[in-house]
Amino acid sequence: MTIKKITQISGSAIPVKGNDIDTDRIIPARYLKEITFEKMGNYAFHDERFDVDENKKIHPFNDEKYNGASILIVNKNFGCGSSREHAPQSIMRFGINAIIGESFAEIFAGNCTMLGIPLLIGNEEQINELMEFTINNPKENIEINIINKTIKYENKTIQLDMNPSSQNALVEGTWDSVSLMLNNEEKIEIVEKNLPYLNEFK
Amino acid sequence: MEIIKSQHDLSDIKMTGKNLFEKVWEKHAVAELPTGQTQLFIGLHLIHEVTSPQAFQMLRERGLSVKHPENTFATIDHIIPTEDQQRPYKDKLAELMAESLDKNTKENNIKFFNTDSGKQGVVHIIGPELGLTQPGMTICCGDSHTSTHGAFGSISFGIGTSQVRDVLATQCLAMTKLKVRRIEVNGELQNGVYPKDVILHIIKTLGVNGGIGYAYEFAGNVFDNMTMEERMTVCNMSIEGGARCGYVNPDQTTYDYIKNREYAPKENDFEEAVKYWKSIASDTDAHYDDIIKINGSEIVPTVTWGITPGQGIGISENLPSIDSFKESDKKTVEKAYEYMDLVPGESIIGTKIDVAFIGSCTNGRISDFREAAKIINGKKVAENVRAIAVPGSQQVDKMAKEEGLDKIFIDSGFEWRKAGCSMCLAMNPDKLKGREISASTSNRNFIGRQGSPTGRTILMSPAMVGAAAINGKIIDIREVL
Repeated sequence: MTIKKITQISGSAIPVKGNDIDTDRIIPARYLKEITFEKMGNYAFHDERFDVDENKKIHPFNDEKYNGASILIVNKNFGCGSSREHAPQSIMRFGINAIIGESFAEIFAGNCTMLGIPLLIGNEEQINELMEFTINNPKENIEINIINKTIKYENKTIQLDMNPSSQNALVEGTWDSVSLMLNNEEKIEIVEKNLPYLNEFK
Repeated sequence: MEIIKSQHDLSDIKMTGKNLFEKVWEKHAVAELPTGQTQLFIGLHLIHEVTSPQAFQMLRERGLSVKHPENTFATIDHIIPTEDQQRPYKDKLAELMAESLDKNTKENNIKFFNTDSGKQGVVHIIGPELGLTQPGMTICCGDSHTSTHGAFGSISFGIGTSQVRDVLATQCLAMTKLKVRRIEVNGELQNGVYPKDVILHIIKTLGVNGGIGYAYEFAGNVFDNMTMEERMTVCNMSIEGGARCGYVNPDQTTYDYIKNREYAPKENDFEEAVKYWKSIASDTDAHYDDIIKINGSEIVPTVTWGITPGQGIGISENLPSIDSFKESDKKTVEKAYEYMDLVPGESIIGTKIDVAFIGSCTNGRISDFREAAKIINGKKVAENVRAIAVPGSQQVDKMAKEEGLDKIFIDSGFEWRKAGCSMCLAMNPDKLKGREISASTSNRNFIGRQGSPTGRTILMSPAMVGAAAINGKIIDIREVL
């Protein structure tokens, strides 16, 4: 299976402010009752975007000025809570190709890498500045360079950070972990032979 | 709380030993991947109906098969109704999920503990009770509360669906090694302080993102003195503190719990197993990335007041002022107060509740129902409170009935349900309605978590939920003990 290398992403951005935005807010549990991920894009931030009568609330994902945005900007500990891959699936299927934030919850970050969604990390000041810029310039492009871990907007280049193995996986096109691991069949067998609990503790 | 940042702060003694996490990791490391991650072998893979169907579909699309069906076990818990479990389920989407799990487990020769087995239940309750969960294993499941199994001295963590696919296909995961933080809690717990209070206290102290990048080792006499079920409650909520896994070193309590369970090593093997289990425990001179010391005798019954499990307070404290938080947290705190409709500076004692829920992978074990039963025995649930008790597994249900616990709950006005995740995440008919407030033994108080987009959750121990149900409002459990 050929996996594409992801080195650059360019597009307009959409800010979702707030720390500790959890996976139930990204996608409420009742929308997990489907056996495929196909429709998950419809449910992104559902209860933040719609009231109980399905009337639109004020939320960046409802704001027409951000239509077509492909980069999401967030604050601290984004994606905390559940392991549900439905969360990054819903964001990705809504049209987001990359997320820039102050920090990400562990399982959420792992899921993003599996889906080929780069996560870039900046400090509080960098993120707040970027959020302000996108609020004032919603149609302006932001260029992400995964190789250098930089973003470029308004004629300036900002140095950000990335998890090294995620960065490597995206840049080298090796984020399809199943293919990588299938290559190590013999090494798996060695571990199996040496694990006491798989060998009646002998 | 005392924080020791690294081994350099620990004095001149060189810490050269290994901790459990390092030992188990090394035994399961298959190879280093080109990404720099470790290919880690997974000894036990647990699956359920919500996060597995898409993974099986991915396997089919790529022509891959399940590598080790004998190390994979399935149950149904999230979507199963807890009143009428007759198939087909009334909810067509839930029925489709159940059918998919039936089909996928049959086609791939995976053992499925369905309701006809007498062993069905919440995945993190049945793993330990069947003896599947053992020390020195790597365990994963497409569910963040897989950290529960760390109570046995295993490395256990939740994964996403693409990773479920990886484990099904290769019995391995691509993982980055975690740092290890030792959290020592010593001292005598006050009367009325339960494991739930200990973990809520730890999360409130270290924050919901304090554990990112870490595995938590829970140590000290407070955990040494806990039963296995109590240790499971603590490890279960590691993820709420941001730590993907948490563990307690195995000891005699662990071995005694496992002995004679269905999947436990038998006879001579058991002795050999104990030798292995002892060998993977942290060395006395083990190295840690940092150490946190907490005085257990200072912990009081703890409840949440906000919309993250870290927004908690000791029951006797007043709700914190917004100014007491860091500037960057103030927005979240304001949102929490607005959502919960609580007022800074006031006490949480006396907050009226509409629903009492006892159950979930955090507190749905037999000992949880025993503790709550002590509080409610002979009393009546307050008018206007809807109270439900949901055993975590069919075996817990059976034990409770043999002890007559179900009667105590029913006589006091609780509904006694069948096993499932129930109102913890409301992917089934058990849900809050509108702005209802629930006193809950579950693990998350996120906005909308219990099924109503505007519903509110206050997390606490089973005894505290029992007391809240009887009084119709939150009380300090110490007053009725």
